[in-house]
Amino acid sequence: MRTQTTTLTKKKALFEYLIRLADDRLILGHRLSEWCGHGPILEEDIALANIALDYIGHAASLYEYAVEIENKNRHRDDLVYFRNDVEYRNLKLVELPKGDFGFTIARQFLFSAFSFFLYGKLADVGDEQFSGMAKKHLKEVKYHLRHAREWVFRLGDGTEESHQRIQNAFNEIWTYTDEFFYTDEVDDLLQDEGLAVHKKGFKNDWKQLVTGVLEQATLNVPDFDQFMASGGRKGFHTEQLGHLLAEMQHLRRSYPNARWE
Amino acid sequence: MPKTILKYNKKDIWDLLSEITDPEIPVLTIVELGIARSVEQEDDKFIIRITPTYSGCPAMDAIEKEIHKKLRLNGIQNYEMKKDFSETWTTDWIPQEAKQKLKEYGIAPPGKTKEEDNFLHSLKEDKKKVPCPYCGSKNTELQSEFGSTACKAQYYCHNCDEPFEHFKCI
Repeated sequence: MRTQTTTLTKKKALFEYLIRLADDRLILGHRLSEWCGHGPILEEDIALANIALDYIGHAASLYEYAVEIENKNRHRDDLVYFRNDVEYRNLKLVELPKGDFGFTIARQFLFSAFSFFLYGKLADVGDEQFSGMAKKHLKEVKYHLRHAREWVFRLGDGTEESHQRIQNAFNEIWTYTDEFFYTDEVDDLLQDEGLAVHKKGFKNDWKQLVTGVLEQATLNVPDFDQFMASGGRKGFHTEQLGHLLAEMQHLRRSYPNARWE
Repeated sequence: MPKTILKYNKKDIWDLLSEITDPEIPVLTIVELGIARSVEQEDDKFIIRITPTYSGCPAMDAIEKEIHKKLRLNGIQNYEMKKDFSETWTTDWIPQEAKQKLKEYGIAPPGKTKEEDNFLHSLKEDKKKVPCPYCGSKNTELQSEFGSTACKAQYYCHNCDEPFEHFKCI
């Protein structure tokens, strides 16, 4: 039996960790951008587009730091446009189709809540550039969380139709939530170096926030112990990511030397 | 070999930067917004530090191009622009006079940021009232956390029936 051993160095682990965070934001930003011109009301068309811009900005700075760490003279665009789906390290949650407005809001709320806790802890890591990024992103994530939370209330405690749609959304998306807390050797190594955070450490805080908001919105909280999907962090994705990347990467791959002038 | 005599100095460059207005909020300059952070001299080269406001601000590209244009049109070539992330951009950097200009322009200016001990707790509190920049009334309502740009929120004044934008505190 052949066993493949690769030594995980601090550099490789940090690169991998940054890519995971960046991929989440790039892909979710892309999904949100699909609402542009299709929002249920003008204010939300604008809000979702602005949040998408924030995400893409976060991804851009994370990718930029990653290629700097990697030190192989790659550009962040190489990571975005020239990796295939099996090389992407995002959560399955973010690649799911945007669904209806209720689905988008449910996802925004769950993801923003997680980001809030994660960035809150990352703001204290022992790498100045990484913690600086976390502090900046956290400020914007607070506005994302504020926005999503308000909408969960309005939809949940809204009309019969809005209530049903967002309840269905939470029921459907729930199985993708445990992946937020996935940890492996990458997290362990970085934690020992003081560069990552113990995600399971704030899982209860996250559950508490989510439960509180759903209950206040008169929604049923799905079972936290149900079967949970995973695999995104290792490059195992749903069918959806392939289609998303095809759309996102097509132009750049067709004209690889093109530049914005 | 004789040392190059420069026809301009740090202050000249800073003054030029102070002429560049924000493309979306033309009543404020990039200096007032805290986007232009500093101009330092290293031998014969000037280092211009800028910092982005919001992570995904799409105006940053335009602002950078404006800086290049302004400097080159004034014959300045020996400079380097650097993005400075050492301090996180905050609306606290906007001086009071600039905030007054925002108000006169019809945008409710940001208040001072508060160090929140508990953000989650603050979510549950009643939102602070933003006064209308037109009539001053506090009978205003938040319509959306995001407005025409990521940095602004949309409000409506029930007193004078005018919609207005609020430059968010961050």
